[in-house]
Amino acid sequence: MNAPAATVSPEAREMHGPSALGGSARRFLDLTWMIGITEYRLTYFGSVLGYLWALMRPLLLFGVLYVVFSQIVKFGEGIRNYPVLLLLNIVLFNFFQEATSRSVTAVVESESLVRKMHFPRMVIPLSTVLTAALNMALSLLAVMVFVAAYGVDPRPEWLLLPVLLVPLLAITAGVAMLLSSLYVRFRDVSPIWAVLVTALFYGSPVLYAIDSVPEAYQRAVLCNPIAMLLEQARHWIVDPSAPGAVEAIGGAGWALIPLAVFLAVCIGGFWVFNREAPRIAERL
Amino acid sequence: MRERDAVVDVKGLSKTFRVPKQHVMTIKERALHPFRRIEVDELHALRDVSFQILDGEFFGIVGRNGSGKSTLLKCLAGIYSADRGRILIAGRVAPFIELGVGFNPDLTALDNVVINGVMMGLTPREARRRFDEIIAFAELEEFLDLKLKNYSSGMQVRLAFSVMVQSDAEMLLIDEVLAVGDAAFQQKCLDQFHLLRDAGRTIVLVTHDMLTIERFCHRAMLLETGRLEEIGEPREIRRRYLELNFGREEGAAPARDRRWRGLSVAEAWVQAADGGRADALAHGEPLEMHALIDVEEPIEDARIWFWLDTDRQARIFAGNTDALGLPGRLEAGQRLHLRVAAPNALADGRYYVGWSATRGTAVPEEIAAFHPRACDFTVHGAPPDAGLVSLEHTVTLESALAEAPR
Repeated sequence: MNAPAATVSPEAREMHGPSALGGSARRFLDLTWMIGITEYRLTYFGSVLGYLWALMRPLLLFGVLYVVFSQIVKFGEGIRNYPVLLLLNIVLFNFFQEATSRSVTAVVESESLVRKMHFPRMVIPLSTVLTAALNMALSLLAVMVFVAAYGVDPRPEWLLLPVLLVPLLAITAGVAMLLSSLYVRFRDVSPIWAVLVTALFYGSPVLYAIDSVPEAYQRAVLCNPIAMLLEQARHWIVDPSAPGAVEAIGGAGWALIPLAVFLAVCIGGFWVFNREAPRIAERL
Repeated sequence: MRERDAVVDVKGLSKTFRVPKQHVMTIKERALHPFRRIEVDELHALRDVSFQILDGEFFGIVGRNGSGKSTLLKCLAGIYSADRGRILIAGRVAPFIELGVGFNPDLTALDNVVINGVMMGLTPREARRRFDEIIAFAELEEFLDLKLKNYSSGMQVRLAFSVMVQSDAEMLLIDEVLAVGDAAFQQKCLDQFHLLRDAGRTIVLVTHDMLTIERFCHRAMLLETGRLEEIGEPREIRRRYLELNFGREEGAAPARDRRWRGLSVAEAWVQAADGGRADALAHGEPLEMHALIDVEEPIEDARIWFWLDTDRQARIFAGNTDALGLPGRLEAGQRLHLRVAAPNALADGRYYVGWSATRGTAVPEEIAAFHPRACDFTVHGAPPDAGLVSLEHTVTLESALAEAPR
């Protein structure tokens, strides 16, 4: 009975340990969607006023920043449609900030899942990004109403906004994968990222437009792919007379730098997460 | 037995954990000492383990704490990746690990069940359809909208167990389910094991409880410090397990004296007033403890012991067969039926009946069988605050004034 006499069932397949992707694509998408949407419901519909708060937060932030930078510091003078630009930028950046900050602890907080189930690990950071993306999608609808109400003429380019969201989602996912897997090993990722993301907030043209930056620094600021995305959004939606992102950095040649940064973050994030994924359950 | 395929085939499986001596490693430390090797302890959880599990088999994995049995289960479930060796598995696997199947405490039962179903490979629609059966089995209909963190631990385990049982996975991996839950739930688990076993599902069960192993498993495997010690008949495995456990922990008695295997306790139970087996007795009913003992080698000087413990390990009473005189020569193949009757004067609570058999009158005796918790039962209906046992007693009351010393 003990001897390995039995023939192994022809259906038997090798059981590999956990991985970043793995398994059927259908299950992966179902799972990401389910967890993302459940988390979204939990975060934004958990309290009495529910979604209202989710909308209020960027609006309140916008209110404060608007008063400070257009009434007190007079920062926005000379920038066309400054209030609209500010609001749009805040919503877009808020997405990046929220998704990445939450992703830091996402894997560790899903401990009970990770230690007990076999599933593609990448579901965790991606569902965090999805949660924030759903929030952004609803906020953007409100923003577009605001933009039209402010008196910006609707243009066909508005429809291109989703095209900008794709790279924004991609780079956010890249950072989320990087942070969530590193946090398992190094707990100081959390405070470090809190500082970095604030630095990034001021380092990107959120409160200002790229033309208010001294010319010598403009190119440096635009090496940041998020800055490029914000500038392009401004060109398409808020102010057609402003230069597009590629134009602002000085041509397609220069645009290769932020493109390279973008690819490095996305691929690097995936690569690190993929490398760490098999061992995450053991290190928790 | 008809020819069956192996649905699990493990070859040369090894798993080592590298545990840093100083657990928390910050980036600052790393930056300050970039070339310092992180000191690690290597923990060999599994070493070169190979075995097969056949289709429809109820397979037990036993071993002491830290013997690697949970690690092995996690490797089978695909939660840990093996360092060496390979695992072949046919069909889908439903794990039940560390008393859970992976729930998010902030979500309700519905959300958790659906997410779990999707993880197991169902579509969200199928997972939702299965929800009602799962809740009905777990008997949690009244608590649907409660977040899981507000469930008692027993309720969580019930839900998790129900999710696992109701999944249509071909193979179930179960880790120590009977460790928690009330008596009713434990009974339900045991009943379920019977059903699953009869339905021909492949089940891998990790447990400390030798009786469960003997009662359900077709075969079992004993792990000791990550190595495969023995694989085979549950009864044989139990012996080896007890030998390893008691052979080491009771260091004073020489281990070889304990190798004699001439007697074993085949069954133990407590009888109810109507003659059936009972797991609950009313205070005041007669208490009857029974055991069936198999004689496997001829013996002349056997002695059988029994005792009754509370669940806090206080011994209520104990006795042996000395009062009967030695039973004389017993032949191999004989089965003895022992019956101990006593009044049930016990307080409310859970009690464990232990049985053992020894040979010889010399000290140390050779221990042939040892079952400290062969069966258990609960007592109800005792008067409150009456102490551990109600001893028969008389009460008298008279005035003491006249006789009091001046």
